[in-house]
Amino acid sequence: MPEPQIITSTTANTPSRRSYVGWLIGLCTAGVSAVLALPLVRFLIYPLTAKTTETKWSDVGAAGEFALLTTPVQRSVIVEQLDGWRKTVSEKIVYVTKDGSGQLQVLSAICPHLGCSVQWTGAKKEFGCPCHGATFSTDGKCTGGPSPRGMDSLESAVQSDRLVVHYRYFRQLVPDKQVIG
Amino acid sequence: MIESDDKQIVSAGKPNLLFRWFDQRTGIDGILRESLDEPIPGGARFAYVFGSALLFIFISQVITGVFLALYYVPSADHAHTTVAYITKEVTSGSFLRSIHAYGSSAMVILLLLHVTQTFLYGSYKGRRELLWLSGCVLFALILCMAFTGYLLPWDQKAYFATAVGTNIAGEVPFIGAWIKSLMRGGVDMGSLTLSRFFVAHVLVVPAAIFAFVAMHVVLFRKSGAAGPISENPDTPTQPPETFYPRQVVIDGIFALVIIAVLALLAHFLPFELGPKANPADTAYLPRPEWYYIPIFQWLKYWPGSLSFLGVVVLPSIVAFLFASLPFLDRRMERRPWKRPVAVGTYVFILLALFGLGMVSYRGDHANPGYAAQLIAQEKASQEFMKRPFEPELSQATLVSANAALADPVAAQGAKLYQAQSCNACHGENGSGTAAGPALVGINGRLSANQLSASLKSPSAKMIAGGMSPSDLPAVDLTALVAYLESLK
Repeated sequence: MPEPQIITSTTANTPSRRSYVGWLIGLCTAGVSAVLALPLVRFLIYPLTAKTTETKWSDVGAAGEFALLTTPVQRSVIVEQLDGWRKTVSEKIVYVTKDGSGQLQVLSAICPHLGCSVQWTGAKKEFGCPCHGATFSTDGKCTGGPSPRGMDSLESAVQSDRLVVHYRYFRQLVPDKQVIG
Repeated sequence: MIESDDKQIVSAGKPNLLFRWFDQRTGIDGILRESLDEPIPGGARFAYVFGSALLFIFISQVITGVFLALYYVPSADHAHTTVAYITKEVTSGSFLRSIHAYGSSAMVILLLLHVTQTFLYGSYKGRRELLWLSGCVLFALILCMAFTGYLLPWDQKAYFATAVGTNIAGEVPFIGAWIKSLMRGGVDMGSLTLSRFFVAHVLVVPAAIFAFVAMHVVLFRKSGAAGPISENPDTPTQPPETFYPRQVVIDGIFALVIIAVLALLAHFLPFELGPKANPADTAYLPRPEWYYIPIFQWLKYWPGSLSFLGVVVLPSIVAFLFASLPFLDRRMERRPWKRPVAVGTYVFILLALFGLGMVSYRGDHANPGYAAQLIAQEKASQEFMKRPFEPELSQATLVSANAALADPVAAQGAKLYQAQSCNACHGENGSGTAAGPALVGINGRLSANQLSASLKSPSAKMIAGGMSPSDLPAVDLTALVAYLESLK
C-alpha cells in the first residue's frame, strides 16, 4: 500500500509566494476584524458616552408661586433616578426659600449631620433638626448644633415658568458639600 | 521525517527573529505547520467549506453572546427589560443581537449543509466511525443551543414556544414527566426555567461544544480528509494539496460571504422582540422557530396514545440509524448513485422534513382563525418594537406607588413619615434601624386608635429611645397612622 505523499511546505509553493499569500490573508483578516470590531467596541463603551446613571430634574411648582416668598415653604418633589435599564421614582422633601441676595433657592431637607429631616419652625423663624438639635437660618446657614455645614442647596432653575430642581444626595458629617448620588 | 528546526521559517519569507524567539519557547512553528499542512487528497474544493464555516459562526456566536451578556440579566422580571434595553438603547445593540439571533439560524443551515455534504460524499467511511459519532453529538448540542437560547428574551414567543417544547419532552413514556420538570425547574414554567436554560446556554453546552469540536478536529486529522467521491476512504491515492493556502482562502471567502449576509440582515431587518411573556394569555398561538416547524407538524399526526410511536419510537429509530451509519454501511463505495439505500433514505427524510414545514405554513394560513391570531401576534411585536424604551421601576418605587394608588390618606401619611424624620430611627418604609424598631406589621399589635394614642403620649421606653410626643394636627396624625397601619 503506497504511503500518502505529504507535501511539505518546502516542496510546495516557494517560500516567497506562500509568505505573500499569508501576508495578504493576514491583512484581509485584520481588515475584516477591524470592521466587525467596531460595533462590538461601541456596544461595550456605551455607558461611557451615554448617561446611564442620572437623576432627572424634578418639578417643584409654578415659578410665580414663589415670587413673593417671605418664609420658606416645604414642597415634595418626585425624583426619577435612572440606573441602566432600571428607574427608581421616589418622593423627597425640599424647602423653597430665598437666599441672602433675594434669589430663589431650593434646600434639601436632609440634615448634613446624620440625615434626619429638617423641620421649619415658623414661630422661631428658623430650621431645626429634631434628632440632635442642629439649627439653620432662613437661608439655610448653620446657626447652632452639631451640623458641620449649612443646609445643602440644590441646583435649581426656572424653565417655562416652572421652578425645577436637580435633586442630589450629599455626604453627611463633612464640612464641604460632596455629591454622593 | 519533518525536522522543524532545520526548515526555513517561511511565514515571513525570511528568518524572523521574533518568530524564532517564540518558536523556541512554544514550538509554534511545528504546530502551525502541522495544522496548516493538512493534506487534502484531490486538492482544495468549495464542497469542503461547511465544517470550518460552522466553526467560524460558532465563534461569532460566542463573541456576540459574551457581549450581549454585558447587559442581559437572566431573571424572569428583568430578562425582557434588559433585552429591550439592548435592542432599543445601547449603541449597536439591535445590530449585535440580530447577528446573534440570525447566526443561530445560520448555524442550523450550515449544519444541514455540512451533514448533507459529508453524507453524500460518504465521508463517514474508512475508520471514521468516531468522527461521525462526535459529529452527531455536535448536531444535538447545536440544536440544544438553539432551543435554550430561544427562551432567554422572555417574550411571548419565547415563553410559549418553550412551554410547547418542554411539553413534548414530557410525552416520553415513564420518565417524561420527570424530564419535563427537570427542564422547567418545577411543574410550571418560571424563574427557575430561565435560570436553567441560561446556565445550559451559556456555560454547559458551549463547554461541551468546545470539547467535542476539539475531538472532532483531532479525529478528522487522524483519519485524514476523505477527499472527493472518487477517492479511496481508507488509503487515499490522489495527490494531496495542503490546507494552506487554497482551502484557507476558499474557507475565508465563504466565511466573509456569511458574515456579509448576516450583517446585511441585521442592519436592514433587525430581529424583533415581542411584548413581555404573559403566561395567562390563553389566546396565544405558539410556534417554534423555523427549523423546529417540521417536527412541530409531524407531532400533529400522532395524537393521544399514538404519540409514543410518533414522538419517541420513530424519531429514535431514525436517530439510531443516522448515528450508527458508519457501522451499518461498511462498503468502501462512496459514489452516491451506487448507494441507493443510504442516499435514498437521507434524501427522502430531508424532503419529508421540508414538506412537513411547507404543510405547516400552508395550514396556518389556510385556517382563518390561526392566520388572524398569527397576524395579530406579529403586529403586537411590531408595535412593541416601535415604542421607546421603558425603564423598569425598581422595588423602592413600587412600594410608594402602591401606597399612593391604594389609599391617598396613607400616601399622605407616607410623606409625613419622611417629613417628620420618622425614617431616621425607624428606617425607610418602617424597616427599622439600630436606633428604632421596625414598624412593619404594627397593625397586628396596635389598632389605629392605640397607635394614635401611643404617638401622642409615648411610653417611657419610647421616650428613652428618643421619641417626643407628636404635635401633629388631628388630620395629619390620622394620615400618619393610616400609613403605619398599612406597612407590611
